[in-house]
Amino acid sequence: MTRDSHLPDSSVGLVETQSVTFRGAEWVLKLESGKTLHPVTVAYETYGRLSPERDNAVLVCHALSGDAHAAGYHTGEPGEKPGWWEMLIGPGKPLDTDRYFVICSNFLGGCKGTTGPADTDPATGRPYGLNFPFYTVRDMVQVQKWLVDYLGIKKLLAVIGGSLGGMQVLQWAISYPEMVLGAIPIATTARMSPQAIAFNEVARQAIMSDPSWNYGLYKPDQQPESGLALARMIAHITYLSENAMLRKFSRRMIDGTERGFKLEADFQVESYLHHQGSTFVKRFDANTYLYITRAMDYFDLHQDYGNLKNAFEPCKSSFLAVSFTSDWLFPPSQSQELVKGLRQAGKNVSYCNIGSDQGHDAFLLPGNRMGDVVSGFLTRLEKEVRVAVK
Amino acid sequence: MQSSEGKVRFDWKRSLYRDRELDPYILELAGTGERVLDLGCGRGELLKKLKEEKQVREQGIELNSEHVADCLAQGLSVIQADLEEGLNDFLGDCFDLVILNQVLLTVKDPLALLQQALRIGHRAVVPFPNFAHWRIRLHLLFTGRLPVNQTLPYKWYESPEIRLATIKDFQELCRELQLEIVSKRFLQLNYLVQNRQINVWPNLRSTVALFCLRQGG
Repeated sequence: MTRDSHLPDSSVGLVETQSVTFRGAEWVLKLESGKTLHPVTVAYETYGRLSPERDNAVLVCHALSGDAHAAGYHTGEPGEKPGWWEMLIGPGKPLDTDRYFVICSNFLGGCKGTTGPADTDPATGRPYGLNFPFYTVRDMVQVQKWLVDYLGIKKLLAVIGGSLGGMQVLQWAISYPEMVLGAIPIATTARMSPQAIAFNEVARQAIMSDPSWNYGLYKPDQQPESGLALARMIAHITYLSENAMLRKFSRRMIDGTERGFKLEADFQVESYLHHQGSTFVKRFDANTYLYITRAMDYFDLHQDYGNLKNAFEPCKSSFLAVSFTSDWLFPPSQSQELVKGLRQAGKNVSYCNIGSDQGHDAFLLPGNRMGDVVSGFLTRLEKEVRVAVK
Repeated sequence: MQSSEGKVRFDWKRSLYRDRELDPYILELAGTGERVLDLGCGRGELLKKLKEEKQVREQGIELNSEHVADCLAQGLSVIQADLEEGLNDFLGDCFDLVILNQVLLTVKDPLALLQQALRIGHRAVVPFPNFAHWRIRLHLLFTGRLPVNQTLPYKWYESPEIRLATIKDFQELCRELQLEIVSKRFLQLNYLVQNRQINVWPNLRSTVALFCLRQGG
């Protein structure tokens, strides 16, 4: 990490995505579906320094459309957007890179450097496409465990993530109880609701009914753009709230106040969605979108472990669950269900339903108390580690 | 008084002084390293003291989201929940001490709360304002109006305390429920000089009472 003079001091500065490939007989990934995958490349970034005791690592899990680039800048060119959780990660920020060693990796089956459907299948020399095996949240976590082992870290101070990232956090605490000191699931759920599955299905149908999709056999530069853009537009509605839309766009027209009597975008909210859609197709792969949403749909701790109490019984972590009042995609009631299960299992848990009108997206936006809450929790964990060492 | 969610919101600041005055007495009742649950922990003032001075393993329950965020920002372990609903999911006997600092008179079903508290905790400490203090009696007798003073700082329509209790009433309840009174303290809160401990005629002379209870029998 180097610092460019024009980058803000509160940023980790210039960073690079690194990658590691797990190949060889001992690195055949056994997936929950029964299929196997080999070799597996993982793209990741790290910020801050690993302490000599190796006890200050925090793993960040990203959501559906995220990637390993959680903080800092890749080029430092004017106008470049920083990593997706820049507001949380950096010197003096809640995930304080002066104190913590922060790791973020692109999850298994992503399209940002980690092996996924858009990559070339070594067996055929062509992109995997629909030949890529189905994967689950548990499989993603398995691969993250490989990475953490590879980095020589035996115990994570915390695992943190929102939405699909929060599902990974829960799975981490269940799959590797000895490794996770603190678990911070944000705006997430123990199982996808039928409503959330329904939105995912509409998004998938939008992609698959685009003729360019061609059963997943499109060339990398000929994506089913209109289908993927539509999928993103639908999803984006679920990330906002009625109030957030009202505040952001109201009923404002693009051209003044006159009705245009046309079918092209006339309202600002429309052009916003179109913009979200069209920028998304430039940075995301359509087949990958199909697979990731499926991995979310299949996430169900109740089914996997009988009930939530059973699921959380083996956990040794302290938990901090966070929800947002206006999130209707992963509503507070689903976080409260988590907290209930954790309590029934006798686990140490804190929970805050943070007041926000930003909807599900609140965990990616400033202007709420998430940072304070996360920072307090991490500081407490840090103290507990120090006391334990003494 | 009305919040945006349609729930009544109380001006807790007014009773803050009264509630914080009792903290030293509650602190005395907690053993070092004990597991302590504070019901309605506010901004975590008491939990913080308990953690620092008695190294307790703390847990709070609080309904107000901003207060919960303040607690968590200080590294306290707190759950945002309604304390009348939130206790069911705790395992039995998972706390050494459950604190009901001025909350028993604010809930719909105080008996159920008291019993829950003693199910999940070995001991429960219950401080409450004593309505039988002689000044209140005289005030009611001579003015015909409900008191608004330092221990009861709200008018009748704005008080979070939806019930009134006296020391005698509370002791009778403990007998009925066969709750063992481990210790008790009667105080006259005094805002200018020191608080005075009352030993003689407590029901008449103390403004607040503090009982530490255990499941009897």
